[in-house]
Amino acid sequence: MAQHAAKGARFQAVTANRLSDGEVVYWSDDNRWVEGFTKAEIADGADAADALLARAMPADFEAHVLEPYLFEVLEDGSFYKPASVRETIRAAGPTVRLDLGKQAGA
Amino acid sequence: MYRYDEFDHQLVADRVIQFRGQVERRVSGALTEDQFKPLRLMNGVYLQLHAYMLRVAIPYGTLRSEQMRMLAHIARKYDRGYGHFTTRQNIQYNWPALDKIPDLLDELATAEMHAIQTSGNCIRNVTSDQYAGAIADELEDPRIISEIIRQWSTFHPEFTYLPRKFKIAVTGHENDRAAIKLHDIGIVVKQNSAGEIGYEVHVGGGQGRTPFVAKKMTDFVPKEKLLAYLEAVMRVYNMLGRRDNSYKARIKILVHETGQEEMQRLVEAEFAKIDASEMLTVPQEEIDRISAYFAPPAFETLPAESETFTQAQVDDANFARFVRANVVAHKQAGYAIVNISLKPIGGVPGDATDTQMDVIADLAENHSLDEVRVTHEQNLVLPHVKLDDVKAVYDALAAHELATANLGLISDQIACPGLDYCNLANARSIPLAQEISERFADLDRQYDIGELKIKISGCINACGHHHVGHIGILGVDKKGTEFYQISLGGAADENAAIGQITGRAFTEEDIVDAIETVVTTYTDLRADDERFIDTYNRLGMAPFKERLYD
Repeated sequence: MAQHAAKGARFQAVTANRLSDGEVVYWSDDNRWVEGFTKAEIADGADAADALLARAMPADFEAHVLEPYLFEVLEDGSFYKPASVRETIRAAGPTVRLDLGKQAGA
Repeated sequence: MYRYDEFDHQLVADRVIQFRGQVERRVSGALTEDQFKPLRLMNGVYLQLHAYMLRVAIPYGTLRSEQMRMLAHIARKYDRGYGHFTTRQNIQYNWPALDKIPDLLDELATAEMHAIQTSGNCIRNVTSDQYAGAIADELEDPRIISEIIRQWSTFHPEFTYLPRKFKIAVTGHENDRAAIKLHDIGIVVKQNSAGEIGYEVHVGGGQGRTPFVAKKMTDFVPKEKLLAYLEAVMRVYNMLGRRDNSYKARIKILVHETGQEEMQRLVEAEFAKIDASEMLTVPQEEIDRISAYFAPPAFETLPAESETFTQAQVDDANFARFVRANVVAHKQAGYAIVNISLKPIGGVPGDATDTQMDVIADLAENHSLDEVRVTHEQNLVLPHVKLDDVKAVYDALAAHELATANLGLISDQIACPGLDYCNLANARSIPLAQEISERFADLDRQYDIGELKIKISGCINACGHHHVGHIGILGVDKKGTEFYQISLGGAADENAAIGQITGRAFTEEDIVDAIETVVTTYTDLRADDERFIDTYNRLGMAPFKERLYD
């Protein structure tokens, strides 16, 4: 699986897929999995990213999600956005079906 | 067509019950993902970017109308109203919830369908010629031996944990529409000098990161001994295939590293042992039993020409174009093979909505002796349409955006799901296919360009067959950005060849212009009615490279 926690990345977030339906989810700053990227907790620096991933993977994480991992995000004004095309698509939905995925309800 | 017997029904029903229990244990936490993953893969369930994906088997690409209706129903009830037909003649659903998949499989089983052998390191769903039983040039309906292979391979205990996945394809004639030389085993129906039907066997083809055209292992295996020969190939692979490196675990690597002659010797030695035991000699009565399922349907005796069909082409220019591009001569007088392109201009290659699937099921029931076929080029076929009915079929297709007259032309592209859906992809494939089809939307221009097969993959795994496209396009990732590499000269037919890379990759913004440059280079340099692939084979890479990079 391609991952995009690029070396030297300053900002990172944690994502996974939900066990029951495969929905893309993000680890939020209130310590739970949420569906929207905008609610993802953003770690600043490598140590903070490692700590964030550790919090997202308690002993029972597999009962809820699959394969949590870090990915790079970029500052975009006062917001953040995924750095890679892959994570941009995961956060929104297929670029060829704007009626599907998270973008459909936006 | 083949119908399940009591054993097939029981086998599929038991498998659904078993998988339901596995899903329940995974959701309850009794199974870890490491434990569950190989189990779900054995049932066709992948995890993709946005959701789970379920791949449903369509053995040798043949469907009855009720099965197509079931696929439409599954799309409507368990997915988002569409499905994606694949290069292995299967269908994929992109959004099913894991906890609903056992119910989905239960419903699928009522139409004699399942998701077995669509994933995992087993012998996968056997593929074949979409024109089987309808085209004049075949020596024997390739679905007969395909079904025998299916029954032999399903849950074969010796081949359930192979070094890697294993794909078999069969063609009924040397004119290969099933890309058999790009499979782990490719089988060609042959006739020997005594007039007996048997099989030529090719081994070690494949695409992915290390593409190879299969090597011929034997010129002729008698019909009743084919399973013994295939078992010998599988045993050699199972014993000697690498398990230490998944990138080198396919049989193509074993054949390449062992050499064709030594591989032949090993297979022949194993074959001699199996053959001597006669345990895998298929009894004639069993061959006859399976053959009966594929007996020609109840064709009417009709004149070879149809005034209705001819006049309709005079009256409707669009219908005439459709006939020219999508309709193929049938072996039975008064009938035609009608191809349904799933490549509308600007559409998603291989996708069909639930409504479209229902329409096609109705057309199959009413006009094609109840049959539909799926092609490895991601189109559908109504194999047995009376010439008198072709116009009515066309009108119904046109009313549902299914009558694009572009079969085999530049807009009839293969494209994998790519980065819009796939967890392995590095770049998007579908938007590129859409842009190319829109750039070349003018059908007159497409007819002028002639046969040209563009195949697009979003990563080196090559699900979009880019290695064997006349023009192949491979998406690559450079620091999270998409680039596209072009290759030229590939072919998937009886003259199978691996394309050669032109040079550095192009950006997303530049790739469609680059494809246009390749096409105009061809049209400038072709001789008379020369096809793209023939011009490339005559002139080589140089003129194309010069125009692409100067």
